[in-house]
Amino acid sequence: MIVRILGEGRYDVPEGDLPAIEQLDDELVDALERDDENEFNGALIDLIGEVRHSGTLLPSDDLRPSELVVPHEGATIDEVRALLAEGPAES
Amino acid sequence: MGVMKRLSGIVQAKANKALDKAENPADMLDLSYEKQQENLTKVRRALADVTTAKKRLEMQAAQLQAQAQKLQDQAKQALGQGQEDLAREALTRRGALADQLSALGTQHQQVESQQQQLETTAQRLQTQVEAFRTKKETMKATYAASQAQASIGEAVSGISESITDAGMTLQRAEDKIAQMQARSGAIDELLDTGALPDALGPAKDDIQAQLDAVGRAGQVDAELAALKSQVGAGALPAGGATTEAGATTEAGATTEAGATTEAGATTEAGATTEAGATTEAGATEAPGAAEAAKATDEGAAK
Repeated sequence: MIVRILGEGRYDVPEGDLPAIEQLDDELVDALERDDENEFNGALIDLIGEVRHSGTLLPSDDLRPSELVVPHEGATIDEVRALLAEGPAES
Repeated sequence: MGVMKRLSGIVQAKANKALDKAENPADMLDLSYEKQQENLTKVRRALADVTTAKKRLEMQAAQLQAQAQKLQDQAKQALGQGQEDLAREALTRRGALADQLSALGTQHQQVESQQQQLETTAQRLQTQVEAFRTKKETMKATYAASQAQASIGEAVSGISESITDAGMTLQRAEDKIAQMQARSGAIDELLDTGALPDALGPAKDDIQAQLDAVGRAGQVDAELAALKSQVGAGALPAGGATTEAGATTEAGATTEAGATTEAGATTEAGATTEAGATTEAGATEAPGAAEAAKATDEGAAK
């Protein structure tokens, strides 16, 4: 599955590694709901690290779209909230 | 729903919106290509802005540094003239400048990271635009075939996603540049008017402000003491101040050297304490005030 890290690039992540990534994503949601900036930072660092580690960086001339998008490195809770508030995908 | 899936939906929606105007796959390809070019230009312009901002920060830092050095010199001078209050004021101002300098250092790091991100974005986008341009013409020639349409759709949404991502990176960089420029402007104004830099930056809370004030007073005291001992060691040429400072900080050395001079002036009775200095003083016909001060230095050094 192709996962994009905003501001960085796209990684091709094997299906087998998705559960670990999804678990970190759940931690991110949890931190977001509890407004816990520390936990959020930690979860985001872990998530980005896991995508980089388990995935293969796609070359820039690969034009396929991604299916999952990870916030940019160093993103704050407020920044991610603002991003999520922009789109219609709340449902 | 997880953050990644929601963000993906948002990025796709933004990407599709940019291509709403296209009526057929061929238009979509051209429109998308136009967008890519526009974006590449924007990224390059932002990169130039960041470079300018960085240079400006470096210049300001140099100016602040020079001003801090000047205040340091003034403090020394004031102390040499026995104006301790003035020296304290200069050191206090210098302390405030140091705060500004460290804030500038942090900003400089941020600018550098923005610059790096934009450079990477520009490079990546450039490669993608090239790849897309090559593919575009082939696709246009065969777009009637349903298979080709599907691959056009995929390539276009892939590239629009990248454009959207680059646009978001650009937005973040522009926000940071705007913040930086606001601060730079304030510092310029400060340097122009020569006012104290305390008014800059986000207001700290009261307690923090008090803590900082006490901390700064302690630091000023410490720096004052350090300066005094430098002055006492004869770093400054002013004779009166030297004697005065020597008397307070290096009492033992002064007494000892004084005894030596006295001994030299009479006979060689003092040979027990400071052999070298005594001999020199004794050899001279009339040991003046300058030589007495020199003996003080040597005594202090030992």
